[in-house]
Amino acid sequence: MTATAPPAQSPPAGEALGRPLRRADGREKTTGTARYSGDHAPAGLTHAALLGAHIAAGRIRALDTTGALAAEGVRAVFTHENLPRIAAQPPLLPSLAGGPAPGQTFFPLQDPEIHYAGQPVAMVVADTWERALHATRLIRVDYEEAPSATVLDQIRHTAFEPEKIFGGLLPGRATRGDLAAGLERAEVTVDLTFTYAANHQNPLETCTTTASWEGGRLFLYDSAQGPAATQHTLAVLLGLPHADIRVDSHLVGGSFGCKAMTWAHPALAALAARETGSPVRLALTREQMFTSCGHREEQEQRVTLGALRDGRLVALRHHKLSPTSHFDDWAEPSLEAASQLYACENYEGRYLLARAHTMTPTFMRCPGEATGLFALESAMDELAQRTGLDPLELRRRNHAERDPVTGKPWSSKGLQECYARGAALIGWERRAAPPAREGDWLIGLGMATAAYPIVPPVNPQRAKARVFADGSALVQAGVAEFGTGATTAMAQVAADALGLPVDACRFEGGSTDLPNVSAAVGSMGASYTGAAVHAAATALRAQLIAQAIADPESPLHGARAADVTLAGGRMVLRDRPETGESYAQLLRRHMQPDAEATGSWGPADLTASGSSHAMLTFGAQFAEVAVDADLGVIRVRRLVGAFAPGRVLNARMAANQLMGGMLWGLGQALLERTFMDPALGRWNNTSLGDYLVPVNADVPEVTVELVEVHDEAVNPLGVKGVGEIGQAGTAAALANAVHHATGRRLTRLPMSLEDLL
Amino acid sequence: MRPVSYARATAPAEAVAAVAADPGGAYLAGGTTAVDLLRQNVLRHDRLVDIGDLPLAGIEETPAGGLRIGALTRMSDAAAHPLVRERFPLIAEALELGASPQLRAMATMGGNLLQRVRCAYYRDAVSPCNKREPGTGCSALGGINRGHAILGTSEHCIATHPSDLAVALTALDARVHTLRGAGERSFHIDDFLLPPGDTPHIENPLEHGELITAIEVPDTPTARTSRYLKIRDRASYEFALTAVAATLRLENGRISGVRLALGGVATTPWRARHAERLLLGAAAEPGVFDEAARAELAEARTTPMNAFKAELARRAVVRVLRTLAATPEGQA
Repeated sequence: MTATAPPAQSPPAGEALGRPLRRADGREKTTGTARYSGDHAPAGLTHAALLGAHIAAGRIRALDTTGALAAEGVRAVFTHENLPRIAAQPPLLPSLAGGPAPGQTFFPLQDPEIHYAGQPVAMVVADTWERALHATRLIRVDYEEAPSATVLDQIRHTAFEPEKIFGGLLPGRATRGDLAAGLERAEVTVDLTFTYAANHQNPLETCTTTASWEGGRLFLYDSAQGPAATQHTLAVLLGLPHADIRVDSHLVGGSFGCKAMTWAHPALAALAARETGSPVRLALTREQMFTSCGHREEQEQRVTLGALRDGRLVALRHHKLSPTSHFDDWAEPSLEAASQLYACENYEGRYLLARAHTMTPTFMRCPGEATGLFALESAMDELAQRTGLDPLELRRRNHAERDPVTGKPWSSKGLQECYARGAALIGWERRAAPPAREGDWLIGLGMATAAYPIVPPVNPQRAKARVFADGSALVQAGVAEFGTGATTAMAQVAADALGLPVDACRFEGGSTDLPNVSAAVGSMGASYTGAAVHAAATALRAQLIAQAIADPESPLHGARAADVTLAGGRMVLRDRPETGESYAQLLRRHMQPDAEATGSWGPADLTASGSSHAMLTFGAQFAEVAVDADLGVIRVRRLVGAFAPGRVLNARMAANQLMGGMLWGLGQALLERTFMDPALGRWNNTSLGDYLVPVNADVPEVTVELVEVHDEAVNPLGVKGVGEIGQAGTAAALANAVHHATGRRLTRLPMSLEDLL
Repeated sequence: MRPVSYARATAPAEAVAAVAADPGGAYLAGGTTAVDLLRQNVLRHDRLVDIGDLPLAGIEETPAGGLRIGALTRMSDAAAHPLVRERFPLIAEALELGASPQLRAMATMGGNLLQRVRCAYYRDAVSPCNKREPGTGCSALGGINRGHAILGTSEHCIATHPSDLAVALTALDARVHTLRGAGERSFHIDDFLLPPGDTPHIENPLEHGELITAIEVPDTPTARTSRYLKIRDRASYEFALTAVAATLRLENGRISGVRLALGGVATTPWRARHAERLLLGAAAEPGVFDEAARAELAEARTTPMNAFKAELARRAVVRVLRTLAATPEGQA
């Protein structure tokens, strides 16, 4: 984003929305005073550490915990032989749905069976974390190892088509039109298979839960994208009334999907605290982060495009094969936006799964679309080459005026403008000339379409707003702040709805004692929480205006509500703004310490507008790369992303998110890969030194361009979300740029230099 | 992590005596590798003797015109030193392309030579690994070995030596000075960093408790025209897939002096003596460079995952020599 003058931190009342205000939590985070889930220390805190299985399949024949129990500081050792059984296992359902959301339907330490390497086989509680960890290494486990299979090459012959994937929310197969007829009619065909390494999310903060019990009630500090998901999941696992569990998740040090679902460690911490009678903090090690909270699965996608000679698509077939666990049918939804992107009547999408000795895969930033669009948009680039069309022109010819799946109009789109703005910013006209060469470097340009789904809420999202007699406001909803800037942006939403200066408004989230919202996942945090906050603040404003109108002592007494507005932080008559008073004056006169209202937004509010439209967020990615002609090294020179994410709540946070997504896409394209050792059944490179993500030196010039679209269908604020769209299509734009530079079509992610030697 | 005792030594002899007397003892310098490996239960020392206060930092000129670099000199200080930059640019480049600024500000020059391999099987503390637990086998041989060595390997170990600095020092015939109970001694770097053979757990000739005190780099006039090329997936903060340290001197278009060492491809920093012999006296032409590189890599033993390294190393050698030959200072 182009540098601009420093933003005003105190915009006039009612004008906060969209402004690039600085993060409310920026100072505490950068000065190290911010408190994350592992920074809370109840009195008498003890520490738990896990021991994971080093085999991928088999069973525990015997365990010897004598050495661990005798080690200094050790309070207890739990294994399947002495840990209490869970009350019930809830089914797998994405946390967006708002209910129990276990990451997988297997709970460890219940029996001697081993289903994947890293599965917890023992938990030690000690007075310090270091002592607990050391004691785990003194436990002797005698395994009866069974053959394991952990990579596609070992299990592809066992592939099956599941009825449903993704927690039962999506069908295993989707079709429209007549694919065979479309392929028959095609004059040009592209048929490519893409392979993807498994990825792990690797947030800086490892997952940590601090559990304590007080009088039968359970209190947790948990690093989670949705504290409510932890509450509801643990209520089922532990057989507790939901009302007896409180989960706080004030600041989370990144997630990228690995904290979107509730994994075993919060319940294990709770069980350890209950059994030992002391508060317990369970912190995963970096290595354990690779085997405790899911991953993006290894996968293979085959895309077949059939087109007429003028480039118009007449057939699209998109198949995906991926490993899942032995207990759940999970595939990230890679075929969804890709099926809606272009006007094509004949379509078939199929998911194929094969069972592996791994844990259940899960969300990772831009789930599904990051991989699905890489395949589709690489294939489109190939089609452009075979039809002799400019890649951008090919996309324009296939532009979908309506959703090709449902035939509904889009709630908003803006894609054509994203194409135009992105192309202008990167200098796309250069692509018509032969690729440039600078010394040993071959220069190439590439582009891809970006899209990400908008998922309407399954249940009401709620918030509460209070105005105090001093004129300050507090707005609350149970959403976690995991770096997205929600705390800052929600204060802006509330301030404008209340007509107050943003400095007077504080947003507080991060606890299940606050009004319930779903986990902030799927790019929907700003939408769901924003709509609820907007509803609560609007309701409070209406309530206070009504009170003033009814109050004989108010200057607004007897006015019509429609004639009262907020200006300069005061309730005033629209056509006589000198007549009015502030919320504070009204409250103080009546000796009211505060006023409060709640608001909600949910499925009922959407039935009218939402169901009549198809909803996707669109964008366009452009990339310039340099490839060393001899050494195969790929370096990114420039990324340009133009996006139409609807209403932007805070321009700075939105640009952060979009740029972060694009860089995440750079990592997916060129660096990120978790190697699985098929002989041992274990992830191999389980450290931040060996699992590569981009560093500053990899980060080229990044331009984020916002294209305005007005959208009344998605939610009252018109927010479409910025969390993942930045990543969608980035890897394809980079691969297409590499193709332009070298003539080589790379179909394996990450792309590495050996593919070009 | 396992319980450890910790003490700070104030004199070299005292440090040597403390570690030598305890089989579980080890030195702690910058700690950038050792602390990780202690936490991961790979290193199992129970006594750490911190040598940070010993007077072993600093860089001085030797009477013979070389440099003596104190073992506790920080990597960042060595890289910034005017004498290093002027006389041995390849050392400065190798240092600055290694690790991260934060790590270079902590890690020491002596410690760098003793850093442990990045092989994931060595570092996971459970897989069979002859280096960590002799006799258990090598998991990398048939495992994930994209980053592993193609030169100097054995059937017992194929872990790559991770140091960039040591590659530059190998090209320069550096010596390693040590102190033990019986007094001082020194080693040529080729005799200091040992190939795995059938004893991959023995990485150097140091006796238990023997302390590196200094690195000596002999006067090498050709090193003023030198280069360290490091090739890796990520633009920074990653170990080399292939690296080349080279010095080159030309007279009338023919090679009158050359030093060549490879990193990232071998179990020790790999002095390319075979290639050097072919290059010396030959015309400075791409075909000659290529032939020399091929000859050096002829004995490479690759796996399907790391076979690309032989080709990459060949091209990298040609690139570096081509670049140096085109440098005006390389012409006599």
